[in-house]
Amino acid sequence: MAAKTDLRRFPGFLTLTIICLVVLYAPLIVVAVYSFNASTSITKWGGISLAWYIDVFTGPEAPKFQQAAINSMVIAVTAAIAATIIATLAAVAMTRAGRFRGKTLSFALISLPLMVPEVVTAVASLVFFTAIGFTSGLTTILIAHIVFCIPFAYLPISARMQSIPDMYEQAAMDLYATPREAFKLVLLPLMTPGILSGFLLAFIISLDDFLITNFVKGAGVETLPTAIFGSVKQGIKPNIMAISTLMLIVSVIFVSLSWLIGRTGQNKNQET
Amino acid sequence: MAAGATTSGGTVSNIYKGNSAKLMLPAWAMVGFFLLAPVMMMVVYSFLTKEFRGGVIWDFTLAAYDQFFFDRGLFGDEPPSIEWTYIGIFWRSIWQAGVATIACLLIGFPTAWFIATRRPSTRSAWLFMITIPYWVNLLIRTVSMKFLIRDTGPLNEFLLWTGTVSEPLGLINTNFAVQLGLFYSYLPFMVLPIYAAVERYDFSLSEAAADLYSSIWTTLWLVILPVVKPGIVAGCILVFVPSLGAFLAPDLLGGAKTFMIGSLIEEQFKGSAGNWPFGAAASTILLSIVMAVLLIYARNQNKGSER
Amino acid sequence: MKKLLMTASLAFFAFTGAAQAEGKLSIYHWFEYIPQELLDKFAKEYDVEVTMDTYDSNESLLASLKAGKLGAYDVAVPGDYMVKILNNEGMLDTFDPSELSNFGNIEEQWVDVSFDPGRKSSIPYQWGSTSFSVNRDVFAGPIDSLAIVFDPPEELQGKINVLDTLGETLTLASLYLGIPQCTPDKSQLKELNALVQGAKQHWASFGSDIAKDVLVSGDAAVGMIWSGFSAKARSEGANIEYAFPKEGYIVWMDNVVLLKDAPNRENALKFMNFLLEPENAAAVTNYAQYSAGVKGVAPFLEPAVANSPESNPPAGQKGVFVEACPQEVQVLYDAIWTNLKK
Repeated sequence: MAAKTDLRRFPGFLTLTIICLVVLYAPLIVVAVYSFNASTSITKWGGISLAWYIDVFTGPEAPKFQQAAINSMVIAVTAAIAATIIATLAAVAMTRAGRFRGKTLSFALISLPLMVPEVVTAVASLVFFTAIGFTSGLTTILIAHIVFCIPFAYLPISARMQSIPDMYEQAAMDLYATPREAFKLVLLPLMTPGILSGFLLAFIISLDDFLITNFVKGAGVETLPTAIFGSVKQGIKPNIMAISTLMLIVSVIFVSLSWLIGRTGQNKNQET
Repeated sequence: MAAGATTSGGTVSNIYKGNSAKLMLPAWAMVGFFLLAPVMMMVVYSFLTKEFRGGVIWDFTLAAYDQFFFDRGLFGDEPPSIEWTYIGIFWRSIWQAGVATIACLLIGFPTAWFIATRRPSTRSAWLFMITIPYWVNLLIRTVSMKFLIRDTGPLNEFLLWTGTVSEPLGLINTNFAVQLGLFYSYLPFMVLPIYAAVERYDFSLSEAAADLYSSIWTTLWLVILPVVKPGIVAGCILVFVPSLGAFLAPDLLGGAKTFMIGSLIEEQFKGSAGNWPFGAAASTILLSIVMAVLLIYARNQNKGSER
Repeated sequence: MKKLLMTASLAFFAFTGAAQAEGKLSIYHWFEYIPQELLDKFAKEYDVEVTMDTYDSNESLLASLKAGKLGAYDVAVPGDYMVKILNNEGMLDTFDPSELSNFGNIEEQWVDVSFDPGRKSSIPYQWGSTSFSVNRDVFAGPIDSLAIVFDPPEELQGKINVLDTLGETLTLASLYLGIPQCTPDKSQLKELNALVQGAKQHWASFGSDIAKDVLVSGDAAVGMIWSGFSAKARSEGANIEYAFPKEGYIVWMDNVVLLKDAPNRENALKFMNFLLEPENAAAVTNYAQYSAGVKGVAPFLEPAVANSPESNPPAGQKGVFVEACPQEVQVLYDAIWTNLKK
């Protein structure tokens, strides 16, 4: 009898995976470690201290970063909500409205922000807003963010919607529910994990954005990435490292959240 | 029996038929008005004239493209020859993006395979570990990388301290630094699609086929790769396209000698160069290249599904 | 319904964005040029909400304003030659000296300047010089010539950072070659082009906002830099010496200008007046480490700043101002610069 090859064990793959993880985490961990460095010099170790974290919240640059963080949060939440709503409606049309004229075009349109390179989007938005004279502070950023968040919100929502058979809505409509009621009372609750996933994804993507925001932001407006970038250009100071470690922690929380939601979604699916 | 009723998951139904226009309207409005229209306007701008010291004059001309492709001497008074500089920048960006993609592939494929072939219980833990860095702000990650590899940074300090090298490796401000930065930025984009493809892979069939081959590597090459190819191609595209137009990695890690497309374009709009039509032209050329790549990809996808 | 909500909230945002309420001041300034404490002091004293955006070169300032940012900011801080250019472009608003109670604090020599005679649109901010600094740990030889930047010795090749501004870099190059500024002579300009193209291969980077950091972190051993910024780098631990090259170096004066269509003209004038107080001008000087153009700052200056080698050039040195060239000549220099940055 021929030996059974175990395709699961390729020599060296484990090593490469470890390398992969090391590469991914090394810079972040190093920065996190140094953010607890007591001395002002970046590379000379001076003992453990929380001084830089305190500086982030109370130092001279604190108000600037705080305002930037607030801006980022406000924009991210609003953009994610708007993008999720738009994406949900679009997903309903794409998966539940049968064939309609311009369906392929619609799909192309929704994916457009993903396909256009970020720098091109940034330039185009800048040119456009300047040409129509629209230069107000946060709004330009918000609009640009909503647009590129739409496909990110769309993906999990559409995937989830496709995996829910429409027999529940059909059943509801057999019982004289209108399509709108069927949507609100049957589909939407089933969709919740997908919608939440879409929202989280859009939220993180908006929070993360640098290039487009930098191009279109109005006078005196900073988001967290643009404020950090401006500061980094003048030197990687320890308070930046503290901020970056804080953001790492926030990311861990978010990933955990989205994992839990994904899990509940799967469980719910198995129950139905 | 309600009309249009096949109801196994994934089929399209007709519940909202007739409402498609109303449902798609917000998406069409936002993307159409705030992305499609701006992109078209940007293309138009590439055909306008640059105003002295910034801004545009609504005079149509091919001057921006001429500046891109032709060298008419320092002051524009010599006969035209091919301007290699910008073509060179594009070529270098393509090359850098290509190297980053290959690096991502060489490390990303084994990683994705490894994770996908773990037992389901440990698999989620591995996936969790891989996903976390992806959720950290790209700017933060690039800055961290810069901090790590600069001449006075921890990596060089460590190497000097252990005596492995006698002076700092001049890593920062080199092509290598940029490639490393791109690799670092987009690695998860390679791992996740391959992981998705491998997860659906039917091992039992191929294990049978694999018994016929002499080594596990031949099996990999002849049996596995053709099947997971869609995942690999998707991963490559997801790394290559953003790397091409990247700005942060070249700007923070590269320095003067590694100018890439993203920096070139940014310089026209945010830097002191102030040549909007030229920047718009470079953006249009970049967009065309990316659209061409995606179109070829889409064509191949269609061919595949017809088989 | 949802669409209505969205349109309404977009409209709301647009409205709040467009309307500039009372009690605001929008500054467009160089990076790292004013201490946050001073801005906070102004904000508190006059009950004004201050926002500040930054640029890293005179040319970026101009490009931004031309690209549509005029009308978004109240004041900006251009260098001497850029004040003239902005004025020619019609981007400055004027004021009467009587509108600034502290107008008399301006040092006599800076009241009637060639780029703004009688000070109708600007007040002095800081003045200083531009040259280069060398890390003495890396190179111990003589540094009194611009050859260090444009024709560097072997140990310094590849370790040089150059300022990302056309006006200053090309002027220093012109000084090194000994050709006049704003020359329309194409053969001289070709010489200039050849010089900078040849020097470029020895340069590590172009950057103004990183000029201090590259010297402090050691990413560069030679950096073209402004005098005060160099003093700051020294105070942050860089073992550098600022050079006063024999071919000449640049002196400049930065000025706070009142921009046309300033949304908060009143507050802008209050701010300019505020900066003419000796105590406040001294605060800027202590932070940025240049020299103020205001009378009576001496008692408020920190000794390290007042006595820094950067602010006290040895006697007999040639400092020149950057000249603003007429358009036909400027396009030639623009071409050289574009060629250089390619």
